[in-house]
Amino acid sequence: METIILFAPLVGAIIAGFGWRLIGERGAMWVTTGLLFVACFFSWIVFLNHGPETQHIQILRWIESGSLSTDWSIRLDRLTSIMLIVVTTVSSLVHLYSFGYMDHDPQWKEGEVYKPRFFAYLSFFTFAMLALVTSDNLVQMFFGWEGVGVASYLLIGFYYRKPSANAAAIKAFVVNRVGDFGFALGIFGLFYLTDSIKFDDVFAASAGLADIQISFLWTEWNAANLIAFLLFIGAMGKSAQLFLHTWLPDAMEGPTPVSALIHAATMVTAGVFLVCRMSPLMEYAPEAMTFVTFMGASTAFVAATIGLVQNDIKRVIAYSTMSQLGYMFVAAGVGVYSVAMFHLLTHAFFKAMLFLGAGSVIHAMHHEQDMRNYGNLRKKIPYTFWAMMIGTLAITGVGIPLTHIGFAGFLSKDAVIESAWAGTQGGYGFWMLVVAALFTSFYSWRLMFLTFYGKARGDRHTHEHAHESPKVMLIPLGVLAVGSVLAGMIWYNSFFGDHNSVNRFFGVPAHAEAAEGHGEDDHAGSAATEDHAAGEHAADDAGHGEAATEHAAADTDHAAADAGHAPVAVGMAPQGAIFTGPDNHVMDDAHHAPVWVKVSPFIAMLVGFAVAFWFYIVNPEMPRKLAEQQRPLYLFLLNKWYFDELYDAIFIRPAKALGRLLWKRGDGKVIDGSINGIAMGIVPFFTRLAGRAQTGYIFTYAFAMVIGVAIFITWMSLSGGAH
Amino acid sequence: MLQADLTIILPEILLSVYAMIALLGAVYTGKDALAPMLTWVTAAVFTLLAIWIGISGEGAQSAFGGMFMDDGFARFAKVTLLLSAAAVLVMSQEYLSRRGLLRFEFPLLIALAVVGMMMMVSAGDLMALYMGLELQSLALYVVAAIRRDSVKSTEAGLKYFVLGALSSGLLLYGASLTYGFAGTTLFSGIVQTATEGHVSLGLLFGLVLIACGLAFKVSAVPFHMWTPDVYEGSPTPVTAFFATAPKVAAMGLFARVLHDAFGGAVGDWQQVIAILSLLSMFLGAIAAIGQTNIKRLMAYSSIAHMGYALMGLAAGTAFGVQALLIYMAIYVTMNVGTFAFILSMERDGQPVTDIKSLNMYSKKEPAKALAVLILMFSLAGVPPLVGFFGKLYVLRAAYEGGLAWLAVAGVVASVIGAFYYLRIVFYMYFGEESDEALDGGKSPILWGFLMASAALMVLGVVNLFGIEGAAAAAAATLVN
Repeated sequence: METIILFAPLVGAIIAGFGWRLIGERGAMWVTTGLLFVACFFSWIVFLNHGPETQHIQILRWIESGSLSTDWSIRLDRLTSIMLIVVTTVSSLVHLYSFGYMDHDPQWKEGEVYKPRFFAYLSFFTFAMLALVTSDNLVQMFFGWEGVGVASYLLIGFYYRKPSANAAAIKAFVVNRVGDFGFALGIFGLFYLTDSIKFDDVFAASAGLADIQISFLWTEWNAANLIAFLLFIGAMGKSAQLFLHTWLPDAMEGPTPVSALIHAATMVTAGVFLVCRMSPLMEYAPEAMTFVTFMGASTAFVAATIGLVQNDIKRVIAYSTMSQLGYMFVAAGVGVYSVAMFHLLTHAFFKAMLFLGAGSVIHAMHHEQDMRNYGNLRKKIPYTFWAMMIGTLAITGVGIPLTHIGFAGFLSKDAVIESAWAGTQGGYGFWMLVVAALFTSFYSWRLMFLTFYGKARGDRHTHEHAHESPKVMLIPLGVLAVGSVLAGMIWYNSFFGDHNSVNRFFGVPAHAEAAEGHGEDDHAGSAATEDHAAGEHAADDAGHGEAATEHAAADTDHAAADAGHAPVAVGMAPQGAIFTGPDNHVMDDAHHAPVWVKVSPFIAMLVGFAVAFWFYIVNPEMPRKLAEQQRPLYLFLLNKWYFDELYDAIFIRPAKALGRLLWKRGDGKVIDGSINGIAMGIVPFFTRLAGRAQTGYIFTYAFAMVIGVAIFITWMSLSGGAH
Repeated sequence: MLQADLTIILPEILLSVYAMIALLGAVYTGKDALAPMLTWVTAAVFTLLAIWIGISGEGAQSAFGGMFMDDGFARFAKVTLLLSAAAVLVMSQEYLSRRGLLRFEFPLLIALAVVGMMMMVSAGDLMALYMGLELQSLALYVVAAIRRDSVKSTEAGLKYFVLGALSSGLLLYGASLTYGFAGTTLFSGIVQTATEGHVSLGLLFGLVLIACGLAFKVSAVPFHMWTPDVYEGSPTPVTAFFATAPKVAAMGLFARVLHDAFGGAVGDWQQVIAILSLLSMFLGAIAAIGQTNIKRLMAYSSIAHMGYALMGLAAGTAFGVQALLIYMAIYVTMNVGTFAFILSMERDGQPVTDIKSLNMYSKKEPAKALAVLILMFSLAGVPPLVGFFGKLYVLRAAYEGGLAWLAVAGVVASVIGAFYYLRIVFYMYFGEESDEALDGGKSPILWGFLMASAALMVLGVVNLFGIEGAAAAAAATLVN
C-alpha cells in the first residue's frame, strides 16, 4: 500500500506527460487526479491504522559502493504518515482544483495543449515530495529534495512565455542550490563521520558526534553542531528562511494551484520536516538549535513586516507562508518537534485554502492580482469569501483563550508561541513571534477587507463580470475548510497534549523507561524495527540513553566491524519518529506557562484585527497618510528590506562581471584565440608545407627516405650502440 | 619431418597451388571471360582458408627449422588479412568489370600477394621474411599498374616499384648486417645475440635498416611519400586493397621482427618506432587537411592510422601488441566500409573522387550518408564508436609502456585529424547544393559492405566481437 502511495503519482506523471496524445487531454487530467486520490485514500488509511512504531519497507537495493550500501526503502513512522496525508490530501485537492483554474488559461492561445503538461508536473512533484518524506536514508531524501526542486522550477516557469516567470524559476533554482550545497555537505559530513547515510545508523551514532571535534573551513567545530548547522542551511533554502528566502515571493509567478501545493503546503515545509526527522542529531547540537530558533524567529518577524504593505494578493500570502515557516522552525529549534509538525499540518490546510481561495478570486477577476483593484467582492463570490474567511480565522488564530477550542491555527500557533516562551525563557524568539502574530492578524485582515469589503475599485468591466468559480474549484476549498477548522482540535492532544500522549503518538519510549533497564524493552523494540536492530545492535542488550556513549566504547569492535572506518562510536538508534533528549523539558514547561503568555497571541491577534478594521473599514484614508508620513519605513518594507537589491549588488553583479570577464577575456580571447590561432594559422601552414613536399617527383621521395635512414642511423650511433 | 613441415604450411601451399592452377587454366581456356568467376572463387578460397586457420590452429609450431612460425599471432593476422582481401575482391568485381579492367590475372595476383603476406606474418627467419615480402610486393607492383592505358596508374605502379626496390635494398642491407653481427638469420638466434645493453652497433644498424624497410611497407613517415600518389593513381579497388590487407601483413611482420628477433632490445628500437609513430600521426593528420581527392585523403588517413598502430608497437609490451592487433582489425573493417562507399561514388557512370561531390549527399541517400557519417566518426575516433576503442587501446598501451608523451601527442593529432573526417560529414549534411553531385552507385554488394561496416562500428562497442581475447592470446604468443 505504501508503495502504491509513493509510485501512483509517478505513474500518473509518466502517463500524462508522455501518453496524453493517446488518452487525450481530459484523459491525462483524470488519470493523474484519480491516481492522486487513490494515493490520498491510502495515505489516510495508513495514517489512521498504522501504529507509532517504525517500519522499513524495502523496495530495491540502490547504491552499493565501497562501504556505502543504500537501499531504496520507505521509512514509515509517525512523521512520515503525517507528511503523507498532508502531501497527498493537498495535492489531490489541488489537482482537482486545477481542472477549473487552468481551464482557458489566457497565457495560451486557442488550441494549444498545456494542461497534460501541467498535471504531469504536479504529479511528478507529488512523487518527488513523497520520495522525500518516505526516505529511509539521506541520499534518498536528497533525491526527493532535488526532485521537488526540479518540479518547482518547472512549475514556476510554467508560463514560459513570460520572462518574469522564467527569471523567477531560475532564481528559485539557484537560491535553492545554495541551500542544497549545505545539505549535501551535511550528508557528506555524516557519511564521513558515521560511515553510513541510513537514518538508523546516523541516529545511533549521533550521541557520539557531540563528543568529537571536526576541522572544517580552518576551524574546529563540534561535529554534531556542524552537521546540524549544515543540514539546516539546506532546510533554510528549501523553506525560504531569512537570507535564502528571496525566491519564494517570486515563485508566485507560477500558476496559483502551484503556489498552494508547492510554495505553501508541502515543498517549503520540507526543511521543517528535515529538522524534525534529524531530531536525534539536532538534540545533541544545542548551538545549532539556538541558531535555528533565532533564524526562525527573525524570519517570522521580517516576513510579517513585509507582508504588511504588499499589494499583490499572492505575495501577501507568500510572505505569510514564509512567516509561518519561521514559526515552525522556532518550535523545532527549541526542541518541541511535535509542535513544529503540528503547525506544519494545520498550516498546510489553511494556507493551501488561502491560496486556492486567492486563486478563486484571481480567477473571478480575470487574473487581476493587485488587491487595490479589488473590493466589495463578497456578494459576487460568496463561497470563496467564506472559505477565505475561515482561512483567515485559522491563520490569525481565532479561538477561545485558555481552552482547546478554536480554529486550527489557534491551537498550533499558540502551541508554538508557548514553546518558544519555554524554550527561550521568554526571550527573543518568543517576542518576535508575538509581534509577528500581531502583524499576521493585520495583514490577513487587510487582505480580507481590501478584497471583499469596501467599494469596488479598479476596472469596472472586470468587476461586473466577476463570477463565482466552478464546483471543481469550490469543493477543494470546502474540504480544506473542514481541515482548517477541525485539524487543530482533533490532534491537539497528539501533538501538544501531555507528555505521554505525545510520546505514544510518535512512538517514543518514555524517559523513565529509558533510564531504567532497557533490556526487555529493547527486544520488543527491535522486533518492531525489524530491519536494522536485530542484526546490528540488539547484541548490546543493556541500556542506552545516557549510558549509550560508554557502552558504545565497550562495543567498539562490534561497531567497527560493520561501520568500516567510521571514527564515531555507534550507540543505539533511538526509537520513535522524533527524539527529545532526556534533558529536554521544553514541552512540559510550555504547558505550565503563565496565563499572560498563553493569551498573548490572542491579544496580538485582536490588536491586529482592530488596527486593520480601523485602517481599511472605518478610515480608508489612513493607510495612505501613514505611508506618506513614514515614507522611508514604508518603502523599506515595500521593497522587502532591499534584500533583492542587496544580493544584486553583492552576489549577482560581481558574479556577472566575473562571468563576463571569463567569457570575453578567458574564453573569447585566450581559449578561442589560441585554438583559432592553431587551427587557422599553424595547422594550415604545415598543411601547405606537407603539400609542397609532396612534389610528385620520385627523386624527392627517395631523397626523403634516404634522409630518414641517415637520421635514424646517426641517432642510433650517437645514442644507442655506444656500450 | 618434411611431412610435418608441409602440414604446417598447408594453407600457403594450397593457396599457391590454387593460384597457379587457376592461372594456367584460365590462360588456356576463357581468359578474361573467366575473371568474374575467378574473383568470386578466389574470395571464397580466402574465406575458407580464413575459417580453416581460425578454427584449426592450436598452439605454436614451427616448420623448416624455425623459418616458418605458425602461432596465435600469425593466425590472427592471417585471418584478418584473408578476410579483408576477400572483402575487397568481392567489392572490386563489379567496378572493374564495368570499366573493362577485370583481367583474370587480377584475382590471382591478389592471391599470390596474399600468399606472400601469409608468409610475412609467419616468418621466423630473415630469408623467409624477405621471400614473403618480395612475393607480396611483386604482385602489388603489377596490380598498381593494372590499368595500363592510364598514365596515372602506370605512374603509380612505377613509383611504387622504384621506391619499393629502394626499400627492399635497405631491408636487405639491414638483413645482411644483422646476419653478419648475429651470425644467423633465424629470429630465434638473433634474439639471443641482441639482448638489452649488449647490442653491437652493427646489429643496431641492421635493426634500423630493417625497420626503415618495413616502415616503407606500412607507409610510416618519412617513408610514406609513395602512398598518396599510388593510392590516387591506382584503380580504386586496388587502392582499397592497398589500404587493408598489406598493411595488416606489414604491421604483423614489423611486430614479429621486433619482438621475435629483437625482443631483448626493446629499449633500442622503442624510440625509433615512437618517432615513426609520432611523425606519421601528425603528418597524416595535417597533410590530409589540404586534400580534396578522397583517395589521397584516405592515403593520409592510412598514414595517420599506421602511426597509431605503431604507437602500440612502440610500447614494447604484450599489451602493446594486443592493442596493435585490435587496432589493425578495426582499421581494416573501417577501411573496407569506407572504400565500399568510395567505389560506389560515381556520376554518369564515371568514378568520382572529389569530396565536393558529396555536397548534400544526405538528402539523396540518407541511409548511406548516415553509414558514412558513422564510419567517419569512427575513423576520427569519436566515442562511443569502435574506432575510439582502437585508439583507446593503443593510447593505454603507450601510457603503460612509459610513453605518456606519445599518448598525449596521439590525442592532439587525433583532434587535428578529426577535422578532415568531419569535413566530409559536413559536406554531406550541411554542404551547398551543387550540380556535381553523385548519382548512381546502386550496387547492392557495396551497399551491403558499407552498411555492415557501419553497423559493426556501432554494435562492436558492446564487446568488440570478442577480438580482444583473441588479440590478447595472439600477443601473448609473440611477446613472452
